[in-house]
Amino acid sequence: MTLFDALEQVYNEAQAALESAMVSPELETWYAAYLGRKGAVTLQTRAVGQLPKEERPIFGQRVNEVKQALEDAYVARAEVIKQAEMLHALESGAIDITLPGRPVTQGHLHLTTRTLRQIYDIFAMMGFEVFEAPDVELEAYNFDLLNIPDYHPARDMWDTFWVQTPPGEPRLLLRTHTSPGQIRAMRERSANQEPLRVILPGKCYRYEQITARSEHQFYQLEGLAVGRGITLTDLIGTMHQFAELFYGAGRKIRVRSSYFPFTEPSVEVDTQCILCGGKGCGVCKYTGWLEIAGAGMVHPVVLQNGGYDPAEWTGFAFGMGIERPSMMKYDVSDIRLYYGNDLRFLRQF
Amino acid sequence: MRVPLSWLNDYVDIKDIPVQDLANRLTLAGMEVEAIETIGYSGAELPWNPQLITTAEVLAVGPHPDADRLVLVEVDYGGPEHEIAVTGAPSLYALKGQSDLHLKVAFAWEGAMLYDGHAEGFVLRKLKATKVRGVLSRAMVCSQKELGLADVHGDIIYLPDDTPVGVPLTEILGDHILHFEIKGPFGHLQCVYGIAREVAALFGRPLKRTPLEAVTRLGLTTVEQPDAVELEIPDSDLCPRYTATMIRGVHIGPSPLWMQLRLQRAGMRPINNIVDITNYVMLELGQPLHAFDYAQIRPRAAGAKPAIIVRRALPGEQMATLDGELRTFDAEMCLITDGGGPVGVGGVMGGLDSEVKATTEDILLEAANFFFLNIRRTTQLLKISSEAGNRFGKRVDSELALIAGARAAELMQELAGGFVDPIAGDLYPGKPAPFAVSYRPDMADPILGVSVPADEQRRILTALEFAVRDADDGTWQVLVPSYRLDVRHPVDLVEEIGRIYGYDRFPHTLIDEPLPPLRHNVPLEEEERVRDWLVGLGLDEIISYSLIDPADEVRLTPSGMTLALPGEVITLRNSLSPERSQMRRTLLPAMLRTARNNLRFLERVALFEVGRVHYRLATPDPDTAETGVAEPRRLALLLAGPRQGRWFEPTDRSALDYFDLKGIVEAFLERLALLDKVQWERGAHSSFHPGRCARVTIEGREIGYLGELHPLVCEAFDLPVQPVVALERDLEVLLDAARVAEGGKHVGMISPYPPVHEDLALIVDAGTPALDVQRTILQAGSPLVTRALLFDIYQGPQVGEGKKSLAFALTYQSPGKALDEKDVEKLRLRIIKVVEKQLGAKVRRA
Repeated sequence: MTLFDALEQVYNEAQAALESAMVSPELETWYAAYLGRKGAVTLQTRAVGQLPKEERPIFGQRVNEVKQALEDAYVARAEVIKQAEMLHALESGAIDITLPGRPVTQGHLHLTTRTLRQIYDIFAMMGFEVFEAPDVELEAYNFDLLNIPDYHPARDMWDTFWVQTPPGEPRLLLRTHTSPGQIRAMRERSANQEPLRVILPGKCYRYEQITARSEHQFYQLEGLAVGRGITLTDLIGTMHQFAELFYGAGRKIRVRSSYFPFTEPSVEVDTQCILCGGKGCGVCKYTGWLEIAGAGMVHPVVLQNGGYDPAEWTGFAFGMGIERPSMMKYDVSDIRLYYGNDLRFLRQF
Repeated sequence: MRVPLSWLNDYVDIKDIPVQDLANRLTLAGMEVEAIETIGYSGAELPWNPQLITTAEVLAVGPHPDADRLVLVEVDYGGPEHEIAVTGAPSLYALKGQSDLHLKVAFAWEGAMLYDGHAEGFVLRKLKATKVRGVLSRAMVCSQKELGLADVHGDIIYLPDDTPVGVPLTEILGDHILHFEIKGPFGHLQCVYGIAREVAALFGRPLKRTPLEAVTRLGLTTVEQPDAVELEIPDSDLCPRYTATMIRGVHIGPSPLWMQLRLQRAGMRPINNIVDITNYVMLELGQPLHAFDYAQIRPRAAGAKPAIIVRRALPGEQMATLDGELRTFDAEMCLITDGGGPVGVGGVMGGLDSEVKATTEDILLEAANFFFLNIRRTTQLLKISSEAGNRFGKRVDSELALIAGARAAELMQELAGGFVDPIAGDLYPGKPAPFAVSYRPDMADPILGVSVPADEQRRILTALEFAVRDADDGTWQVLVPSYRLDVRHPVDLVEEIGRIYGYDRFPHTLIDEPLPPLRHNVPLEEEERVRDWLVGLGLDEIISYSLIDPADEVRLTPSGMTLALPGEVITLRNSLSPERSQMRRTLLPAMLRTARNNLRFLERVALFEVGRVHYRLATPDPDTAETGVAEPRRLALLLAGPRQGRWFEPTDRSALDYFDLKGIVEAFLERLALLDKVQWERGAHSSFHPGRCARVTIEGREIGYLGELHPLVCEAFDLPVQPVVALERDLEVLLDAARVAEGGKHVGMISPYPPVHEDLALIVDAGTPALDVQRTILQAGSPLVTRALLFDIYQGPQVGEGKKSLAFALTYQSPGKALDEKDVEKLRLRIIKVVEKQLGAKVRRA
């Protein structure tokens, strides 16, 4: 066999071997075997010296051609193998994407905090700032200054927790409503005879047996606006605005005459039942309406007690429960879930 | 309060007003109708089929051919023939053999749905034609129970003699009952006639005055001292008026069906004709009445006439009231007494001894008036609840007393066979002067925001029985009806105008005025930010009860140590239960209870609460608005349970510990820009593990404690045996400091030059706090040492007994140049020198 024949044979062999290289290590072995320093093709190059002088260039040229062809074939093959290997790696790297993610602990705001914030935001748009007043309150602020003297039948509207105080001292109680804050806010702002728009949130307490529908502690939010030309239609418009922003656009309200000692006229504000939309259901006692607030024009005596001259100033006030709206919205049937702090309940919000 | 429309219709014609419209209109005008109860008509619990349940007349009662205890009744039901029905009704059985009867009854045909008269409770059944001992019966004469009118199976119903025959029973006995929830102390609305007045005004219809005119009908005149009784009111401030009417020769017996049904429908049980009449008139006109057995009223002296003296009780005076309770009175309570002593608690409840009995013949009827605040004081102190006390407590018009007394006397004459003395007693020391309000029609607009024309205002006020008189200057003198004790100011008239005009007609407007000066509520904004940060750190917010169990404060101090709680505890005078009897001075008990309750269902809890604690510091002073009670905000955090939840690969299931909570606290402090300002020192707090508790201060002010709970506290709160870490801090102090820190905050420039990192291990005494070492390094290297991160702690033979090695990763960086080896070397030597000197530290060589 001539050197030429041997070269062609190596070349054929190499091509065949390359075809059978399936993975990177095999490819590298192939490269070493043919194109490496001691590879078969490389060794052929060295054999050129054995040839007669005139054949050497021809042989050399052919060797180079073979080398180049094999180098190209190697690159092409390497690419094919790389693709195949990546494909394989991706295939074998598949996971069950339905498996649960690594657990992350998340915190939750209390439902009451969420509701309060929603209400703060709505009233902030209408220029109401939040004003806070104490939970443990003077009897005078909770009752007398709000036009509810001792033994007055209106006091029946609030079952009161009284604080033990030494005899002869002014009596203290746990506020039964957020209304005492009205007097505090008015007295603070009437010092400058400036108009007033505040909302007063807070815990209230009533001497009531604890059941699914009533709690001895609950949140209320009071609103109070005092100005030189505030009217009952402003109260109604404000309540309507609130109902639309809180319960949803297009929501209607209904205003009924009512009685509170510290407002005159007094009204109650209903909105269409959020469950039945006004058609009538068990939640709204088949009336189609749910009460959202007690309200009215601030009683002249109360304005006076707050430091505003009723001849010059008028105002409106409203008070609403905080738990009831979310109980209705989320169909919560037991108010005890709120301050019993069952996390299985609270974590849903 | 319940008002049957059949009754209301006596005073104002409402037959053509749909019930729902009536209810809506009243509701909007302030008399909230909570429910509409239907009797007989469709919508009732038991609707009476108008074809199958009708009126009829029993003509004869004959014997049953085959049954001794049954009879056959011949009934005219308005059809072409008479019907024979079988019955066992006792009152009909008693008439066996009689004909030419004319008894009006309720008659039901086969197919009618009725309640089973003999079954327990209300069991519906369909009336079927049956053969009773050989006689076919296709219909029956009904009892109250069968028609759903009573809960016990009594005799059959006898309808009034003038009842037409063959008309649907609903036309005679059907009804709608409005259930009212009337807010406010309005005596004048606590009666059927009061509602009728409102209906008349709302619908512009005439109001019949019949029930108010009995004085005229009876020809009754009054004197202060009538023949039958001596009247005296020494304490007229408590009893402005006392009237006494004599009705002689009454026969005690049941009241007629119509009255019984009205009482039942209004929610009262019929008792006997005299008691029923007093109740009926109270429900009709709102005036509580009391009927005395005249024979039981004692004179002051033998031979004198019986006496009624209305006076304050003697301290400690006693009497048994109608409910059988022996009551003891104080010197402010008003008693009705006779010559021998108390016979009633004025305006609240009668005495047991002078009660009307079956044998009573002569009635002394009291129609009086009592001062409402004293009535309320008395009922609250005696814990008596009565219809009379409830009504008088809401103020009753004193003008009503004689009117209502005469009305009841008239009915007693009519229904109990009595005879009314034509001269009644009326002692009226507290007669109020007529009351008028000066009003101008332009007062309404600025309050209502609606221009109600003056004519319309006048119409409304007149319809409500206010008398409007024009004064020359355009003001109105509005004479207030005596029963409108709630109307005293012009604004009260404005409300009347608004509510009758109809709030549903009011436009919706928004306040059209400049905004008040705008202010931030900084404390609240900060508080809400705190909540957001803590939620972001993975904690759940709780809001707990402010009222706690006094024992909980004790449970926090198990080891005989004293727990330093601020101020003086606030305890309730009236509590629902011991568990809710004092205001919290610490958030921890509620936090621990919440953890305990939730750990029954959950393996891990991470909680926070931001809330106020309450304690007394000083005497309250209404003049300065000071309650004397401090209500600072506190923050409490708690962690318990495994660090990570379970997953399908192993997770860190070890228990959350001190460092987990501290990590959260540090992140939180970083938010507040306080992390490098707080001091951590070993804390001594009775609720915490003595070796795992930190006291945290800032510039010398204590902000709180952080630690693992003392095992005895866990035990006291029934918490599982695992580390529970908690923190309570004073949010006010913390936020004050944060405000200062925020004010002095500078943004650090980010250096463009490369940092140099190297490690430094120091050997110090085992008791040296790591934080001291770290802060000393940072101080010594300031400002070029920008970080000293503790990455290893070693104790063992290599460093010697009582020593430990702390290894820090230091970062050197200059804002102005790239530091070279020489710069770093210089800094390192400085740091080592300082730590050696200040902490006795030695560099640990590798």
